[in-house]
Amino acid sequence: MTTGILATLQGTLAGPGQEATVSHGVVVVELAPEALLATVKRLKSELGFDLFLDVTAVDWPDREPRFDVVYHFYSTQHHFRVRLKTRVPESEPIVDSLIGLYGSARYMERECHDMYGIVFRGNADLRPILLYEGFDGHPLRKDYPKRREQPLVRFRK
Amino acid sequence: MNAHLQRPSPALEYLTTKKDELIGWARKFSLFPYPFVTACCAMEFMSVSSTLYDTDRFGAALPRFSPRQSDLLMVVGTVTHKQAPVLQKVYEQMCEPKWVIAFGVCATSGGFYQNYAALAGIDKVIPVDVYIPGCPPRPEMVIDGIMQLQDKIAGSRHPIVNEKF
Repeated sequence: MTTGILATLQGTLAGPGQEATVSHGVVVVELAPEALLATVKRLKSELGFDLFLDVTAVDWPDREPRFDVVYHFYSTQHHFRVRLKTRVPESEPIVDSLIGLYGSARYMERECHDMYGIVFRGNADLRPILLYEGFDGHPLRKDYPKRREQPLVRFRK
Repeated sequence: MNAHLQRPSPALEYLTTKKDELIGWARKFSLFPYPFVTACCAMEFMSVSSTLYDTDRFGAALPRFSPRQSDLLMVVGTVTHKQAPVLQKVYEQMCEPKWVIAFGVCATSGGFYQNYAALAGIDKVIPVDVYIPGCPPRPEMVIDGIMQLQDKIAGSRHPIVNEKF
């Protein structure tokens, strides 16, 4: 069963410019940002990946393009996970939003925007969710100074 | 009428004390804590409040969940920069006299959190009377902290005592 879906996924998702490998029992697909929305649509409608687990990013400060945007999906039917990775540059850290497919993306994309400054095209509400209004910068980027604090109240003394 | 009520024992007819000491003695045994509980230290707070260690013995028994009805603010756990205005507001809503205990190392100094999110010690925002470090503090340390606060209350001036009293 598990090997069946694995072979299907590798066959279906690998294509020109993207490859599907297996890491710790998870299918990992690296793809171009433009191919993201179409791939997720197929994952949801054809392959049964009905649960959107998370979206986060990885900062590689010396690499160009600088950021990996990483998605995880789970299939409650096949009990199987898939990971999508796409690269975006620092100058234009934009990927398509998934809120048309998964409602929960609304909040996870806000968190990713807070922490890494990734912009999700199509998500109209990218207000801070874990941070606060007026917070300058993105604290999980490697170039955010470790000790930099942005207090909201005036300190005593 | 009973005869013994008409003639009370001479030893208890009057009591001499200082006014400040009297008020301090009354206040130190009627602490009404407001638990501002944000993190894992809450488990230790429950432990120290419940039967085995029992802060009731020190008069600090009944948590009041309104800052307006309490006089001891117990900040238990990490306070973030986002929460600091809330903590300040809670403190300002408490009536005088009021005291603050920083419970655990995060409330005391930020502990090992030194980053964009955590406030490095609540004393940057509100005044603190007793610091109880530890991650989490042992119940014995908390009891010691409460007793130190009681000593502080008993030994301080209470401006309620004036020439009219």
